[in-house]
Amino acid sequence: MSYFSDIINGTKTLITGMRITGKYFFVNLFTRKDVITQQYPDNIDTLKMFDRFRGEITLYHNENNEHKCDACTLCVSACPNGSLEVFGDKKPDPETGKNKRYLVKHIYHLEMCTMCGLCIEACPQDALEWGQDYHHVQYDRSKLTKVLNKPGSKLMSGIKG
Amino acid sequence: MVLNIFTDIHNLLLEYMSEEATHITELILIAAAYLGIFAILGLLLVWLERRVAGFFQLRLGPNRVGPFGLFQTIADALKLVSKELTGTVKADSQLYRIAPYFVITTALMSLALIPFSQEIQAFDINIGLFFLTSVSSIGVIGIFLAGWASNNKYSLIGGMRTGIQMISYELSVGMAIVTMVVLAGTLQISEIIELQKDGWFIFQGHIPAVIAFMIFMIAGTAESNRVPFDLVEAESELGAGFHTEYSGMNFAYYFLAEFVNMFIIASIAVVLFFGGWLSPFGITDAIPFAGLFWFTIKVIGVIFLFMWFRWTFPRFRIDQLLTLEWKYLLPINMVNIVLMALMVWLGLTL
Repeated sequence: MSYFSDIINGTKTLITGMRITGKYFFVNLFTRKDVITQQYPDNIDTLKMFDRFRGEITLYHNENNEHKCDACTLCVSACPNGSLEVFGDKKPDPETGKNKRYLVKHIYHLEMCTMCGLCIEACPQDALEWGQDYHHVQYDRSKLTKVLNKPGSKLMSGIKG
Repeated sequence: MVLNIFTDIHNLLLEYMSEEATHITELILIAAAYLGIFAILGLLLVWLERRVAGFFQLRLGPNRVGPFGLFQTIADALKLVSKELTGTVKADSQLYRIAPYFVITTALMSLALIPFSQEIQAFDINIGLFFLTSVSSIGVIGIFLAGWASNNKYSLIGGMRTGIQMISYELSVGMAIVTMVVLAGTLQISEIIELQKDGWFIFQGHIPAVIAFMIFMIAGTAESNRVPFDLVEAESELGAGFHTEYSGMNFAYYFLAEFVNMFIIASIAVVLFFGGWLSPFGITDAIPFAGLFWFTIKVIGVIFLFMWFRWTFPRFRIDQLLTLEWKYLLPINMVNIVLMALMVWLGLTL
């Protein structure tokens, strides 16, 4: 008698489905609690992106304006579309007297970046990380080219150059 | 009150014209009014559908143009009006141009039988339900012609599927209606509603009426070509199905007719099972416009059920569609008619 049990089972599963979607509908109709739509231009001041949002590449700086980048350029070789440029230089280390690499400029071309995150994976020092800024609109393309290391910043101590 | 307005217009026209001319003028006026109802209904239902779909999918739906986004569909319709009517070179041009009018004409003809309230019903004949089912099955021809005349593989497949689907499910709709007609004993729509003054048919006929209602809802969804029965225009397989080659207003006719057809099927369900414009327990019988209000509320309820189906269930495969109709709905329906006849015979109805 699978004919009748099929009908009963089918009806049961349909009602299960309708209960789930019905819950979505009525909760959102009366409370708008679960609505995930962002009314973008209206809530531009209050909109905050979630932690895992891939907005842009940033260079981590701690409160003493120190970063972890020793200009090894592994991120540059990892980038598939050449949106990173790293300029480093060498100067003698005051403690050991040996020549040590240091970062001069970490240039990021946002207009070429596809947010693939390969540079972040490639970095041996975990110096790069995701930023949550989403509002990248500019009137001029040159404004999309950014220097990631803040002025006057230096290498964090304990990072091997 | 409504009747007063109608008689006022009638007397006003009689002052200036002969009897025949008045009759014809009134027919034209009613036709114009129903065209207006057609357009407004279509646009409102499209808005409702998009809004409801939004809430089902944790979105908001159109909410920018006008209050609650009400003017969004009007803006869309204006866009469609302003677009060029394109066609394919090898299309059968006459059939191609005629096809949409089959669909809207049948939708309009069915609309004339819908009792919006006790007073507002354009055409109340003694074979109302029979007329309604026979007229609405002409609509298939419009879709079928569109699929054939477009000279496009996708359109043709869509049109063929329409033939299979509509003709199959016409049976179930018809037999569900017959089940209720057995209970009512009349085909005239106004009489069917009068008979429900003591209790709506879904309560009067209890078990077989509920089964008939469920079958009617399933088959009605299939009749109006909505998800989960939208094999006719299956976007992921056939482009847009039978109206792939239609643009501008010709496309809009199909689009609006689909929603008006949904309204018609919902109204038939309301008339047959939920007492049409009758208020529950006769609480507002004295108020003149209450019938219109209750009818609208009930129809929107049934339409919401259709939308709930649409945004919950995945689409059928064509063989599953036919299995459902011929192996499940039809046998159940036949047993159900016998059951209903027995109940009426033995006086077991409430």
